[in-house]
Amino acid sequence: MIERTVTVASASGLHARPARIFVKAAAALPVDVLLAVEGKKPVKAGSMLGVLTLGATQGTEVTLSAEDDAEGAGRAAVDELAELLATDLDAVETDA
Amino acid sequence: MPDPPAASPSGYSVTGTVIAAEPGTPVDRTNATTAAASLRGIGVGAGIVVAPLVRMGRLPDLPASSHAVADCPAEAAAARHALDTVATDLAARSERAGDPAAAAILDALSMIAGDPELADQVEGLIDARTDAPHALTQAFEVYREMLAEAGGYLAERAQDLADVRDRAIAVVLGLTMPGVPDPGHPFVLAADDLSPADTSGIDTTTVLALVTESGGPTSHTAILARALGLPCVVACPGILTVADGTLVAVDAAAGVVELDVTPERQAELEQRSAELAAALHAVAGPGGTADGHAVELLHNVGAAADLDGSVGEHFEGVGLFRTELLFLDRSDPPSFDEQVGAYAAVLRAAAGRKVVVRTLDAGADKPLPFLAMKAEPNPALGVRGLRISRQSPEVLDEQLAALAAAVLAAGVADAKAWVMAPMVATAGEAAAFAERARAAGLGRVGVMVEIPAAALRATEILAEVDFLSIGTNDLAQYTLAADRMAAELADLLDPWQPALLDLIARCAAAGRELGKPVGICGESAADPALAPVFAGMGITSLSMSARAVPLVAHALATHTLAECQDLAARALSAGSPEAARRAAT
Repeated sequence: MIERTVTVASASGLHARPARIFVKAAAALPVDVLLAVEGKKPVKAGSMLGVLTLGATQGTEVTLSAEDDAEGAGRAAVDELAELLATDLDAVETDA
Repeated sequence: MPDPPAASPSGYSVTGTVIAAEPGTPVDRTNATTAAASLRGIGVGAGIVVAPLVRMGRLPDLPASSHAVADCPAEAAAARHALDTVATDLAARSERAGDPAAAAILDALSMIAGDPELADQVEGLIDARTDAPHALTQAFEVYREMLAEAGGYLAERAQDLADVRDRAIAVVLGLTMPGVPDPGHPFVLAADDLSPADTSGIDTTTVLALVTESGGPTSHTAILARALGLPCVVACPGILTVADGTLVAVDAAAGVVELDVTPERQAELEQRSAELAAALHAVAGPGGTADGHAVELLHNVGAAADLDGSVGEHFEGVGLFRTELLFLDRSDPPSFDEQVGAYAAVLRAAAGRKVVVRTLDAGADKPLPFLAMKAEPNPALGVRGLRISRQSPEVLDEQLAALAAAVLAAGVADAKAWVMAPMVATAGEAAAFAERARAAGLGRVGVMVEIPAAALRATEILAEVDFLSIGTNDLAQYTLAADRMAAELADLLDPWQPALLDLIARCAAAGRELGKPVGICGESAADPALAPVFAGMGITSLSMSARAVPLVAHALATHTLAECQDLAARALSAGSPEAARRAAT
């Protein structure tokens, strides 16, 4: 099991545009990644409703986890999503 | 201020025709080819449209309990297909949506419909032999509760879930998805109310007018109608009981929907509509009386986009820029930079003409989530308008600073950016607001007169500021103690009520005495019959929707100042609204 804890950087938290960017990225990954906030049941990172119900705001610590595998796909997936969480997605110019 | 119920259809006095209202309402039958029946609501915009009515797709009520499903895999496949269909449809609507904010919401809704976890939960419920509509309802309800509990932004999204759910259930039941119908011909769209998801699909070449059963002058429907220039009637009870295909006439200025329009009546209305259009083209030049006494004719706007296409040669400026549209439907206030951008956009769009900016006008009846305002037993008399700055002074100060920055950013002359506060009751409040606005660097500071106390002390208040702007909708509500939304009290809200005219005249007299401008930005300002009366009192500007300007300009241009003064004197000496109207038209 790969785990990484990161702090949500986006100004609007994990709602609105940052949530859309994050969930789309997670859904496109080849492995399932779970997202957890302390005190709440972990949700699938590719579930818009799950991610919204976590209610993560800017500064919330969240933990990403995925099954480890020989090819390192789980680690790569967690790293990719961790990077997104650590970025202020409200400030990034993308078309998401 | 939102538009009130149109108490008088006098907006069309150019042709002298008045449409029958509901039974019991006094109706002028001087030109009576009246409709068989009509419904009354709150008009938004102007214009008359005659076309068949088509109602928005609606879901039937589901039976209270599910039937036991026999073929669970087939039922689950149907549910998954429905969610996929809705996700695809919402994604396509998001692509088509011109407005980035609407596109973002639709994209999020599409992702919710396509959520794999949601589909798994629905399938789990169906495996327990629940039918697809009930499984969808239950699965959505779980998330709706979780989001509603979270509050704030998430609670707002909880409302959107119901829309997504209803779309999925409609697909499962083989019904038309709730949304704008496509009957293959131009039509009047009737709905309970319109959501952002619905309105993104509106094609103005086929949807000619909007009528909603509920909603109000600030509902999404009304804002959209203004933006698209569609005639619209909101809060029109009974419209959803009218059968699809019924030929109706929507008169937005009067707030009336006539039913079962006869061919003769249709011809009459179409002629009137053409006359209105002709009047729109005939008037030229700045506002004023026949003998050249100037009365500025200004526009009411909510955003820069409202000025698209209306800043022509004779455009005189904006008399009311409602800044609250920037603050609505969001859990956090707009940032300073966002405010500067929005205000500068309007200043630029006005092309060097004057713009009167109204500071945030919110209250318990127009709540803003970030202000966390308490529910009030009587919001009309509660903490609203300028009074919000008693609890949250930083909101007003930031707004004033943002406006001052916008003046610099837009590069317009200081003298063209006017600012005013809503809901001012006393000279002390006016002085305090003026001090803060001037400290922020704003040069032209005024207040709105919506409270009778302010009108009674107009001279003292005007001594503290540079101008007054009368909001006749609220002034009528507070003077007659009649709720603007109470349709059964519409006669008390008649803009010709003598007490209301007295207060307006008192403000105008204060302006003449002190040599300062006194304008009107309420709904009465758009009434061509009242325009000469106001000019005669000494009102210096009238601010209205862009579409109302030509008719008002025409009314002013056909009277001399002396005639206007005579009309004003006659209206003020009349004992009733009816007598005043008769005496002055």
